[in-house]
Amino acid sequence: MPTSPAVPDTMPPPRSWYKRNEIAVTPWLFLAPAILFFAFYVIWPIYQSIVISFYDWDGLGEARFIGMENYVELMDDSAFEVSLWNNLKWLLFYLLAIPGGLFIALFLNQTVTGIRIYKSLFFFPFVLSQVVVGLVFSWFYLPNEGLLNGVLGLVGLGPVNVLGDPTMATYGIIAAGLWPQTAYCMILYLTGLNAVDPEQIEAGRLDNAKGWKMLWYIIIPQLKPATFIAFVVTIIGALRSFDLISIMTNGGPFGQTRVLSFYMFEKALSEYGFRMGYGAAIAVVLFLIMLIFIAYFLWSMWSEERGR
Amino acid sequence: MRFTTRSMLMALAGSTMLAGAAAAELSGELKIFLDTSNPAPRATMEKMIADFGALHPDLEISTTVIDREAYKTQIRNFLTADSPDVATWYAANRMTPYVNAGLFEDVSDLWAEPEIAENLASTKGAMTIDGKQWGVPYTYYQWGIYYRKDIYEELGLSEPATFDEMKSNCQVIIDSGRACYTIGSKFLWTAGGWFDYLNMRTNGFDFHMALAAGEVTWTDDRVRATFANWRELIDMGAYVENHQNYSWQEALPFMANGEAAAYLMGNFAVAPLREAGLDDDKLDFYQFPAINPDVELAEDAPTDTFHIPANATNKEAAREFLRYVVSADVQTEINNGANLGQLPVNASASVDDDKFLNEGFAMLSSNSPGGVAQFFDRDYPAEMAAEAMQGLQEFMVFPDNLDDILNRLDKVQARVYK
Repeated sequence: MPTSPAVPDTMPPPRSWYKRNEIAVTPWLFLAPAILFFAFYVIWPIYQSIVISFYDWDGLGEARFIGMENYVELMDDSAFEVSLWNNLKWLLFYLLAIPGGLFIALFLNQTVTGIRIYKSLFFFPFVLSQVVVGLVFSWFYLPNEGLLNGVLGLVGLGPVNVLGDPTMATYGIIAAGLWPQTAYCMILYLTGLNAVDPEQIEAGRLDNAKGWKMLWYIIIPQLKPATFIAFVVTIIGALRSFDLISIMTNGGPFGQTRVLSFYMFEKALSEYGFRMGYGAAIAVVLFLIMLIFIAYFLWSMWSEERGR
Repeated sequence: MRFTTRSMLMALAGSTMLAGAAAAELSGELKIFLDTSNPAPRATMEKMIADFGALHPDLEISTTVIDREAYKTQIRNFLTADSPDVATWYAANRMTPYVNAGLFEDVSDLWAEPEIAENLASTKGAMTIDGKQWGVPYTYYQWGIYYRKDIYEELGLSEPATFDEMKSNCQVIIDSGRACYTIGSKFLWTAGGWFDYLNMRTNGFDFHMALAAGEVTWTDDRVRATFANWRELIDMGAYVENHQNYSWQEALPFMANGEAAAYLMGNFAVAPLREAGLDDDKLDFYQFPAINPDVELAEDAPTDTFHIPANATNKEAAREFLRYVVSADVQTEINNGANLGQLPVNASASVDDDKFLNEGFAMLSSNSPGGVAQFFDRDYPAEMAAEAMQGLQEFMVFPDNLDDILNRLDKVQARVYK
């Protein structure tokens, strides 16, 4: 009797679990480090902030659970209200950086001799540290010695104390922030303009499109990806505003230039602060506001993907 | 020079050997954290520590100097996690959070030693919480009004002793086209100094401390009286304009240029004013004048301190270091004009022969019967101080907002002291 089977043994040797599930598992293996870091450095701190916001804690002693008290106090806190309004002003006026950046980019996209020099000059504010920008603008705004009042004096306008006036100070800081932010948007648009299709422009010319119409119907639609990125970074930049405020006014005069992130720092970590729970509650509110925008960004990216 | 330092050290070795044999056997590691980050105080401290090390050759001393502002936030981390054996900090309410959290060592035993008990009696109150002492002071300095002597002479003015004189002087100065006082209130605490003095002169030291302890409301009529006095100065235009834009250093040039005649400040302002060219013929000092003749004069004199963290490992060496720091000779040495340029805390120490130190020492030791306060942001709980100083700044710019400010402070007070 032959011991070998009639048909040759085609059964492959048993494969390992990984080999059998390779296609499904490998992407997750590559994603694992990112997911771990995201969970550890993003999700976990967010969870912790939310938990701490229910406590009364000075960061040293025992934390005492007080439920929603921090949030109740927030609703009645005039400084919080001021910060919230200021955040709104930042959001609104910071968006001016987008059209500003676009027009400077269009201007710099001309072919003129020496345009490279102008270009690099316009890049300049973007490279500067926010702290330096803040210092430069504080000097610019100085009530007696500042350049702004020097110029205003030439045309016969009275001296203004931009950073010392509670009604003007926030706008003064936003204007300072717009300088580097506009440069940032300009860079984005310059890159976008490189990708504009010359054939479409040609076609537009044949159909008699010129000037504004050319810009509005031919150029701007093609810059949509750049506009989207500019919008994202500007919104996030506005919500994160901190360094300029800290350098230029330190939240003053009388706390009128605080925004949520600065107020959170003051309450939780500054020299006279250390109300961790209250600071965390402010952080949670700021997070919720950001969440609106994050959700919008994710949704628009997702619908973009689906549209293809 | 070297020789004298040495002989002083030898003398010291004799005098501080009260603990005798035990002190000689100090060994192991001693970690010291300092916030004296400015060049002159830093050098002073490093030299003092080196001298202490020379007395205890077996002791391995490591010193870490942290930027003064950064220190204020880092102290919370290093007291809990990686604790040094000795750390600098400030007296009064500023040490409360760390005392309450059990992070500072109780050093009442040091204060029970006769040498310290007798010589440091004046600052014992500022170091005491719950009937125990939590550190030792190493320096303090007076506050008061530094003024341009030459401008006063030009206008025929003399140092005022009463509030009325202060105001009439001020009117003359304003009429000459200058501001009476410079101040930079961007970082708020300078306004706290003005409130300290106006309130202590209007209502007295005890009332001021009762307000700090939350026993009196801010809307109290007596507090309003203080603000009414302040308002007289504000309304007559006594202060430089736009002071909310400047830090205290940025407000110095007004005085150096002669645009303002005086500055209510701590003694640390003398050094930069001298550097700006105001020598002793141009710069002088007077005590903040009396307002209410019925209250005794009281002064602000912030005290800087050394503490032993509760988690320190070499507490024996740390205690010996604290004894060394407060001893009369070391106090004389580190506080002299070439070093810290401030006042020694030890009553047996001698004050360096400097015009302002002498005046300040005389004022604090014989002309402040009401008492000696630390400073607004050290006497008042941190949170109250932060809110209040912001209100004070607002009041200085918009005095009409007073009611609003006081109501707000009442609300904060109700929460902070509960």
